Amino acid sequence: MNKRVNKIKHYINSLFLFELIKGLYLTGRHLFKRKLTVQYPEEKTPQSNRFRGLHALRRYPNGEERCIACKLCEAVCPATAITIESEQREDGSRRTTRYDIDLTKCIFCGFCEESCPVDSIVETRIFEYHGEERGDLLLTKSQLLEIGDKFEEQIAVDRQEDAKFR
Amino acid sequence: MLETIYHIISQYILLPLTIAIFPLDYQTEVMLFLQTMIKILAIIIPVLITVAYFTYAERKVIGFIQGRIGPNRVGLFGFRLWGLGQPIADAVKLIAKEIIIPINANRSLFIIAPILSLAPALAAWAVIPFDDTKVLADINAGLLYVLALTSLAVYGVIIAGWASNSKYAFLGAMRSAAQIVAYEIAMGFALVGVLIAAGSLNLGEIVNAQSGSAIHWFWLPLLPLFVIYFISGVAETNRAPFDVAEGESEIVAGFHVEYSGMAFSVFFMAEYANMILIAVLSALLFFGGWLSPFQGIIFLEEFFSWVPGMFWLLAKTSIFMFLFLWFRATFPRYRYDQIMRLGWKVFIPITIVWIVIVSILVIINLPPWFN
Amino acid sequence: MTQIIFYIFGSILLLSATLVVVIKNPIHAALFLVLSFFSSAAIWLLLNAEFLAIALVLVYVGAVMVLFLFVVMMLDINISTLREGFARYFPLGIIIALFMMVAMSLVVGSDYFLSDIYTQANISSTQSNTKLLGLTIYQDYLYHFEIAGVILLVAIIAAISLSMNKTKITKSTHPDEQVLAKKNDRLRIVKMNSEEKES
Repeated sequence: MNKRVNKIKHYINSLFLFELIKGLYLTGRHLFKRKLTVQYPEEKTPQSNRFRGLHALRRYPNGEERCIACKLCEAVCPATAITIESEQREDGSRRTTRYDIDLTKCIFCGFCEESCPVDSIVETRIFEYHGEERGDLLLTKSQLLEIGDKFEEQIAVDRQEDAKFR
Repeated sequence: MLETIYHIISQYILLPLTIAIFPLDYQTEVMLFLQTMIKILAIIIPVLITVAYFTYAERKVIGFIQGRIGPNRVGLFGFRLWGLGQPIADAVKLIAKEIIIPINANRSLFIIAPILSLAPALAAWAVIPFDDTKVLADINAGLLYVLALTSLAVYGVIIAGWASNSKYAFLGAMRSAAQIVAYEIAMGFALVGVLIAAGSLNLGEIVNAQSGSAIHWFWLPLLPLFVIYFISGVAETNRAPFDVAEGESEIVAGFHVEYSGMAFSVFFMAEYANMILIAVLSALLFFGGWLSPFQGIIFLEEFFSWVPGMFWLLAKTSIFMFLFLWFRATFPRYRYDQIMRLGWKVFIPITIVWIVIVSILVIINLPPWFN
Repeated sequence: MTQIIFYIFGSILLLSATLVVVIKNPIHAALFLVLSFFSSAAIWLLLNAEFLAIALVLVYVGAVMVLFLFVVMMLDINISTLREGFARYFPLGIIIALFMMVAMSLVVGSDYFLSDIYTQANISSTQSNTKLLGLTIYQDYLYHFEIAGVILLVAIIAAISLSMNKTKITKSTHPDEQVLAKKNDRLRIVKMNSEEKES
């Protein structure tokens, strides 16, 4: 009995298109709602200070490069995007001779930054970069250092803000 | 205003040209031919422009419903104008693209198919009356002509699916053909109801039979037929929620997988032209065409009497065109067996029952519609 | 003007009708058949028989040929095997063709079509062609029409009963039952107290 009532109810409902009209009402209301689109080049979404973008190698304030070629980042990198070669420098300290990051492999997980004992390799807030050839996305040591020099102020501020959570 | 433009063109450009070029014996025929051509262009060009901007409207409306703002970058003459240049940019891109013809495709049919789908969509406009007087071919069997031409649209789809020599295309074509044939019948029955109510096959007479007021229009006595007609129209044009013929998630893009560039865009244009045609027909057959909605209301009728009838027709048409977009943004795609069930086992019985009811109403001369 | 149009469509009709018979590809043959239907509809239009012309397009082009194309496309036709029987069936074909020609010449040659009712003057252009046809079918020949309709209905029912499989071996979905399914029919929400934690 109950089933038959349900059936009749269903037929009346579907014949008068109640549910379809309900759906149309819902989408119709959304037509006049506020639009959420961010118009990218003019407007940008706020970034966190932990944003993981393009990589950079930092220096100490006295100009000495921080990296000590411990190769922890190379070991931790899940995408094996980092290649490091090292040699003893004339003053006896261990330094890298080669520090390459292949951005086509990198997955921007931030493990390299986490693993670095001297806060040398960091990920910056830069995400609007491009390469016209495949080789352009292979960053060498000098390029990484250059990026670090250029954005040192921002990088330092971001690390300072995040320091209390580490 | 349109009459004056037409008059100027035919009197001051075509007439001297014909007299100058052609011998005296053929001048009347040539003149008639040229005048008809001008009229055809006066219909086709606005239709194609509407098709172009309908794609833009679709992206805007669906964007708005989804909380986005749609295309707004491509402008005209250095101004952004809310992206109004988008259709033109799309057209230029599609024209510039290469038309790839698969090696194993049937070359001639592959090229003919898009033309076959666009031609009936445009040819049906010949009998659409825009006003009491503005109609290209005022033939007596206008409604039948429209029905015949909309039933031809399936050829483009079938031939495209077969000629592409691709499984996805063939499956899409089969689906679309079965669907169009099924809904054609429901649509035909809905139109039979209209012609019983109006007592004529001529579209102009059908509209005139609805004059009186907004209540005199056929949408009220023929409400189920109108709903079925419009839903069948959505199904016939392969639009969401009945777009299984190109269901991206199942058969990639259906019958036009192998098409690219302009050949693809001709299919696209045919789909949109068909949508506009269905919208115009719904306005004409059920919503009084060019008749003012304020007819019969004492004060408003005089207040709006200066508005040309064509404006009302276009306004009603745009409402139905919007409905197409609204449906697409709202409803998820039907399952294929449910589409067939809806067409054969729901729509056709309802239309037959309602035709009988309408016939009874006409016989007993039910006011205010059938007296 | 009318003559020019007539000759254009007449030649298209002849050409496409010939190609239907001659051409190898069955799909192309079917499409040329569509074209010949079209051009004959155009010729009918020239005779002011607009209802018949549009009905021809609607019924034959819009419905019958679509199903034809459907079937032809589904079949995997091997042309070489089709050619094999050509020599054997050729005499039979000639006989049928001759028979048809005699029948057609008898129909066309007789003065049945020359009688007065078919002359232009009798077909008034003021009255709509559709209306005249409707009056003829539904008043003068109502019973014939109804009988024809019943015969077609019988044919439809026969076809359906032939194709209906009473013993169901195949598994198929029942959409009409599926759409009726409610959450309450299948799902029972049971309230349960959480178990006591063992001490």
